[in-house]
Amino acid sequence: MDFQLSEDQRALRRGLRDVLEGRFGRDALRAAVDEPRIDRKLWRALGDAGFFALCLPEDAGGVGLSLPEAVLAFEEAGRVLLPGPAVATFLAAGEVAGAAEGTTVVTAVGGPFVPWLEEADAVRGDAAGAVAVRSVDPLTPLHRVQDDGEAQDPRAVLLLAAEQLGSAARTCEAAVQYAQDREQFGGPVGRFQAVQHLCADMLVRAELARVAVYAAAVTEDPLEAAGAKLLADDAAARNARDCLQVHGGMGFTWESDVHLHLKRAWVRARLGGTAARAEEELAAAL
Amino acid sequence: MDLTYTEEEEAFREGLRAWLADVLPKLPAKPSPDDWPGRRAYDTAWQRTLHDAGYGEVHWDASPTRRLIFLEETEKAGAPYVGANFVGLLHAGPTIASEGTPEQRERWLPPVLRGDEVWCQGFSEPDAGSDLASLRTRAWRDGDDYVVSGSKIWTSHAEVADWCELLVRTTPVSDEVPKHRGITWLAMPMDAAGITVRPLRTLAGSAEFAEVFLDDVRVPVGNRVGAENDGWRVTMVTLSFERGTAFVGEVVACRRLLGELAREARANGRWDDAVLRRGLGRLSAEFAALWRLTQWNVSEAQRTGGVPGTGGSVFKLRYSHARQELYDMAAEVLGPGALDADRPWTLERLSSLSYTIAAGTSQIQRNIVAERILGLPKGR
Ligand SMILES: Cc1cc2nc3c(=O)[nH]c(=O)nc-3n(C[C@H](O)[C@H](O)[C@H](O)COP(=O)(O)OP(=O)(O)OC[C@H]3O[C@@H](n4cnc5c(N)ncnc54)[C@H](O)[C@@H]3O)c2cc1C
Repeated sequence: MDFQLSEDQRALRRGLRDVLEGRFGRDALRAAVDEPRIDRKLWRALGDAGFFALCLPEDAGGVGLSLPEAVLAFEEAGRVLLPGPAVATFLAAGEVAGAAEGTTVVTAVGGPFVPWLEEADAVRGDAAGAVAVRSVDPLTPLHRVQDDGEAQDPRAVLLLAAEQLGSAARTCEAAVQYAQDREQFGGPVGRFQAVQHLCADMLVRAELARVAVYAAAVTEDPLEAAGAKLLADDAAARNARDCLQVHGGMGFTWESDVHLHLKRAWVRARLGGTAARAEEELAAAL
Repeated sequence: MDLTYTEEEEAFREGLRAWLADVLPKLPAKPSPDDWPGRRAYDTAWQRTLHDAGYGEVHWDASPTRRLIFLEETEKAGAPYVGANFVGLLHAGPTIASEGTPEQRERWLPPVLRGDEVWCQGFSEPDAGSDLASLRTRAWRDGDDYVVSGSKIWTSHAEVADWCELLVRTTPVSDEVPKHRGITWLAMPMDAAGITVRPLRTLAGSAEFAEVFLDDVRVPVGNRVGAENDGWRVTMVTLSFERGTAFVGEVVACRRLLGELAREARANGRWDDAVLRRGLGRLSAEFAALWRLTQWNVSEAQRTGGVPGTGGSVFKLRYSHARQELYDMAAEVLGPGALDADRPWTLERLSSLSYTIAAGTSQIQRNIVAERILGLPKGR
């Protein structure tokens, strides 16, 4: 047993972080908020970096890696709030032409919603009669569809959980950073225990979600993936709220990025099947 | 990221399982919680059995993965818990092993491994709990002895212990000497003159710990582990052990309890309540993740070859709260039965209230996470 990242996995994560932060930094994020659309150049750059083809076999033109590497990639996507149906495109690689290369943007029905329906080149699942809603998340256009009640693909569940994990870790870091920079009463607010304990709880949530997501990627057990999603949903949404609290009034502004994490966390929590369903599945297995 | 075990580790697991299947049915009945001499005899006999079969030293095994397998398999098989051997095997023993002289290791370690001697931990005092370094029990040098006076509190197993790992102040706090600097670690024989042990009854009804009054107790200088005034550093070695692999068996036990709760709820009709079912489902995810966190921390320790790090605080914070929620859930499953003190889960529910206090309160763990892991400024 060696349940830690390998050297190669660390290198992969570093590489993807460089690509994502380089190509989709804060300015790009805010530009996307002002004009939500899929950046096709970025999408192709991710394709070139092997992002969508990570798990495709090498003889099919892929990178030939497995689910653990995929969750590391989606954790990074979650950190930077990468817009677009990345999970659906990733899962379509090898099945829908151009998905692996990032030239075809593929979306999928996820429960009662389809994200990015108008921008996508292909849609998986039955989107008949889809009705546009004004999405709470400025970075995820949504259409409502009839929920077919089908269980979600466990890989989609896990990759959404990985994005939640990335977001939860990022908001924890952002809160700690702000707590060190912001001064009140003659020093950083991070010296106040009430603030420190919010941050400590954020780290605990993120770290528990991390091991759950990583382990589910190793075992490929659908039930473990469902459990990981529960913990990651919770970590992402609650960490974003605590991060908002640590930011004070600044956290309540449109200009701050905190609300983008919270809103996306809410969207991802819905897309991967409901918490009720996951809890019932886990209970049934007891 | 690899969750498979090596052939050698699997062989260790298989051998252990077979051995447990053989010896466990032959164990005597468990003594009642109030029968301290009986509990001591039961716990030490089990350690002796482990020792004779070659498993006595497993807690000090160089391989954290083997420790993990041992704790997992013994808990799954329903083997006795370390009990009265806790301090000897998991606190004092490891401290002596890493900080003691060869003579001290030879004197104290084999009897712990054989189950011949029981240790207790005399750290906390009435005025020194979370702020352990402010302890005031004094020790003066008198020839080849230290003469110790003061009092300790919350000392688990004090009534039946042979030895106490004792923290004393050898240099008073002053402008030059901060409180962490004047502390010394002593092995105190519990039968020395001047020691009075007064059991304290816990909210669960039994006497799990005691007050220990020390009145001019003479402890030979040769019983000092580490240098005089270096006891704080010596102690930190012990505490990191406490927060490291100490809870592996408990996580396994919690997962087993979840299964029992589901069985009971299906039998008594409570399963029809969706809120209860969903709560059990969520806790199942929680404890599955806590098990993975244990494997993560053990793998990290295996890689660094060192003692468990601050990751133990992250684990302890979540685990202690989750376990309390688990017993609250047990009460939901029992319904009115939750008020019946003779139901086993009721007693365990009461005991679980200490998990967020003992071995560093949750607030102290959060301070550790905030300051040492997240790097926030020293709190106020
Ligand atoms: C079942 C059990 C067994 C034990 N066994 C032993 C034993 O064998 N040997 C031994 O030496 N000790 C033992 N202890 C003692 C244990 O280590 C202490 O109870 C613990 O360290 C807390 O100290 P305290 O009880 O004095 O609480 P206090 O330190 O007085 O704390 C009171 C409250 O204040 C909070 N607080 C204190 N300081 C801070 C701070 N800096 N920041 C934020 N909040 C703070 C605490 O979290 C707590 O909520 C045992 C305790 C229990 C419950």
